[in-house]
Amino acid sequence: MNDWCPVALPGVQRQRAALLSDLRRYFAERNVLEVDTPLLCSSGVTDPALENFVVPCRDGSRFLQTSPEYAMKRLLAAGSGDIYQICKAFRAEEVGARHNPEYTLLEWYRSGIDHYRLLHEVGELVCDLLDRPGWQVWPWDTLMQHVLGAEVNSASRKALEKVARQWLGEIPERLDRDGLLDLLVSHCVEPAIADWGVVFIVDYPISQAALARRIESPEGEAVGARFECYVDGMELANGYWECGDVEELTARFTADNERRKQQGQEQRPIDHHLLAALDSGLPDCSGVAMGVDRLLALRAGVASLDAVLGFDWVRS
Amino acid sequence: MANFSTNEFKPGLKVMLDGEPCSILENEYVKPGKGQAFNRVKLRNLRSGRVWERTFKSGDSLEGADVLDVELEYSYTDGEFFYFMDPVSYDQHAAGSDAVGDTQKWLKEQEKYEVTLYNGAPITVTPPNFIELEITETDPGLKGDTAQGGSKPATLTTGAVVRVPLFISQGEIIRIDTRTGEYVSRASKS
Repeated sequence: MNDWCPVALPGVQRQRAALLSDLRRYFAERNVLEVDTPLLCSSGVTDPALENFVVPCRDGSRFLQTSPEYAMKRLLAAGSGDIYQICKAFRAEEVGARHNPEYTLLEWYRSGIDHYRLLHEVGELVCDLLDRPGWQVWPWDTLMQHVLGAEVNSASRKALEKVARQWLGEIPERLDRDGLLDLLVSHCVEPAIADWGVVFIVDYPISQAALARRIESPEGEAVGARFECYVDGMELANGYWECGDVEELTARFTADNERRKQQGQEQRPIDHHLLAALDSGLPDCSGVAMGVDRLLALRAGVASLDAVLGFDWVRS
Repeated sequence: MANFSTNEFKPGLKVMLDGEPCSILENEYVKPGKGQAFNRVKLRNLRSGRVWERTFKSGDSLEGADVLDVELEYSYTDGEFFYFMDPVSYDQHAAGSDAVGDTQKWLKEQEKYEVTLYNGAPITVTPPNFIELEITETDPGLKGDTAQGGSKPATLTTGAVVRVPLFISQGEIIRIDTRTGEYVSRASKS
């Protein structure tokens, strides 16, 4: 009946405008350039956990971007220097209290720093915006061990399945090793850190490195140079010390498509513009993507995203 | 029956899980930014009334359950089964004591009940929120007790025992809230 009305209250709309202006001031003070890249591109994303909206166009299919990452890396390769973007991102099929298929993303890149230093910047920004006293940093395997009471880093698929059953009873069938890790993180770790405030998880297993470069941890293990920022148990930002190695990334994208094929998902063309840009040389940099609607929900103190979206998926 | 995928799960949808008909209560979408999406689902087992919590991979599906809620009139019991009649088609349905459960103490002839049919057979019987029943036995009321809040047990025609105010006497018809089993008022004179 009142479906034409916005969901977010006028006060929340004003808080959104204030947050965007705070963010733009933050980057202006640090000489990070605001950029604008296309949202409708000729390539999508190979990551099996992400689905593009595919838009039929006169010259073939185009893909609404799940993040502006690839285009921004092309700018970096072309010598843009430090850049940021606040834009809409699209992820098909993701609807829930913490997900909306169309959402606002903040993504930025800083050259010459690793993910630990970028993590520090993110921590300062988040604590400033949300008025939090500080943050904790946990290596991925230490946190898993702490929460689950089991060593999972070197655990086999079968051993992980046992841990998951101990914690959750019945679990979905046909989960591979990374699927089991995702299950444990979302069902056990996130609730466990829900009252820890701002928490960074760093140094992911190689199988979960995504686009982060491969580094050696202080313990001498090969890990992905990736961090995730959680606030009150909600994932807020994901960052990498970027991998610029074309061969390595081509192998990862190809493996993604192989996994898509196994799972009965449509394969996606690999972004040749991105590969060509990386081939010409990506500057040493770290980048991070942050969910702006989630940031606003935390700032406004609401549990569900629809309270901060003018029009949620149902009303859009 | 049709299959339903996790993105079609919504409260009230009836599905089969572990061979049991269930009604979905809640469906929560959970997904790490880089990783597998899940649906955490709460379901009520329609046979036992128990609430189950189960996690599915997003995109997994469950078979729909052939479950139908109908309004039927209670007719009689032969000691083993309780017979309900469809007031329109006059079809009769026999419900076992498992299906009737606690509702047995609120069964009154010609009264309408919500009966859940699974594959055509009753699995649960839900009474109306309020029901009027006659008192067959209670101690005589004492004069002057009307203002005080005292109460006493009273046995109803169905065998149920409820607490009633002291001024209520044997043979009276009272109104009861079946959700709490509490006395509400004297029945309105019809």
